[in-house]
Amino acid sequence: MAEFTLPPNSKIKKGRHFAAEKGSANLRQFVVYRYDPSSGENPRMDTYEIDMDSCGPMVLDALIKIKNEIDPTLTFRRSCREGICGSCAMNVDGRNTLACTVPADSIRGDVKIYPLPHMGIVKDLVPDLTNFYAQYASIKPWLQTRTPAPPDHERLQSKEDQEKIDDPAACILCACCSTSCPSYWWNSDRYLGPAALLAAYRWLVDSRDEATGERLDDLEDPFRLYRCHTIMNCTNTCPKNLNPAKAIAETKKMLAERRH
Amino acid sequence: MSLRSPLSRVLGSGSAKEGTNHWWMQRVTAIGLLILGAWFLISIAQMESYGHNDLAAWVGDPFNAVMLLLASITLAWHSSLGIQIVIEDYVHGPALKVASIILNKFAHLFLGAAAVLAVLSVALGGSV
Repeated sequence: MAEFTLPPNSKIKKGRHFAAEKGSANLRQFVVYRYDPSSGENPRMDTYEIDMDSCGPMVLDALIKIKNEIDPTLTFRRSCREGICGSCAMNVDGRNTLACTVPADSIRGDVKIYPLPHMGIVKDLVPDLTNFYAQYASIKPWLQTRTPAPPDHERLQSKEDQEKIDDPAACILCACCSTSCPSYWWNSDRYLGPAALLAAYRWLVDSRDEATGERLDDLEDPFRLYRCHTIMNCTNTCPKNLNPAKAIAETKKMLAERRH
Repeated sequence: MSLRSPLSRVLGSGSAKEGTNHWWMQRVTAIGLLILGAWFLISIAQMESYGHNDLAAWVGDPFNAVMLLLASITLAWHSSLGIQIVIEDYVHGPALKVASIILNKFAHLFLGAAAVLAVLSVALGGSV
């Protein structure tokens, strides 16, 4: 059966408190999930007081400040700090998002930061995305054709056809959507999840692709696709304002239409 | 411990090439239930009294009897499809899952058959 309670070694305990230096004026508290599986200890919530006058505006700026100046053991992924790499996806103030695009002052009270929900944890805010990436690879995210490419130019695509893939192709694979999906929480071993299905849709509607039928065949499965119950957390949480729920609905429509 | 690659695990035994019919019939039966449900409410509301004989006569009307039969079958069908989804979502042991899905089908067949028998025996003037 699905497990609805955390196993004893996953229960979160209260952690350490890192007070700011005296004389700091503009204080904010960042409460951050800490877990090191190799330590044998339970996860804990550490609290860091930050003087926002000497910190950049975004939640990621605060995390970097913590790591640089307060606690170098804090572990998280980050790279571009401008919402295009997807590395710093985490759960900030109860919402899966990119830490680099959330201003700390958009959050009321303490800033609570957890890793993406319901994933194995490598350390602290770093979730294990192995399965997530394998699911992406499984949908064959590349152009498949039988017609040879024209010898003297690229495969052409009309402006209207290009517009169909604009949105789904803008996905940065941050995993915010899939890890916000309850269906993915219970069945991520078999359900592909919104991110992989959005990527699949991006190739289904690519006018240059010639494997639409095979792609639909591969998706037509009670678990791979049809575990989606239109909960729409994916669309709600997407930090790039994409619409995986609609892409999945369109995929189901394509599967229904080819039968009639 | 398994040393299968993550991709191999995701690909598993491949696609079941199934699910579209389940999804489609869940929606078709839902539309059917909307129509049958509306008919049922309107038709019942229009009755002047609700005594045993009035209701038996109402069921005895051939159109009403057919609509009730359709409603019974559609409701059992739709409920069976929906509960199967819940089982697949939450029951993870393979043996327990398959057993639950089969039991769910049998239970709904039983309920549907019982409802059909009830309607028929009243409609055909049985000993009710």
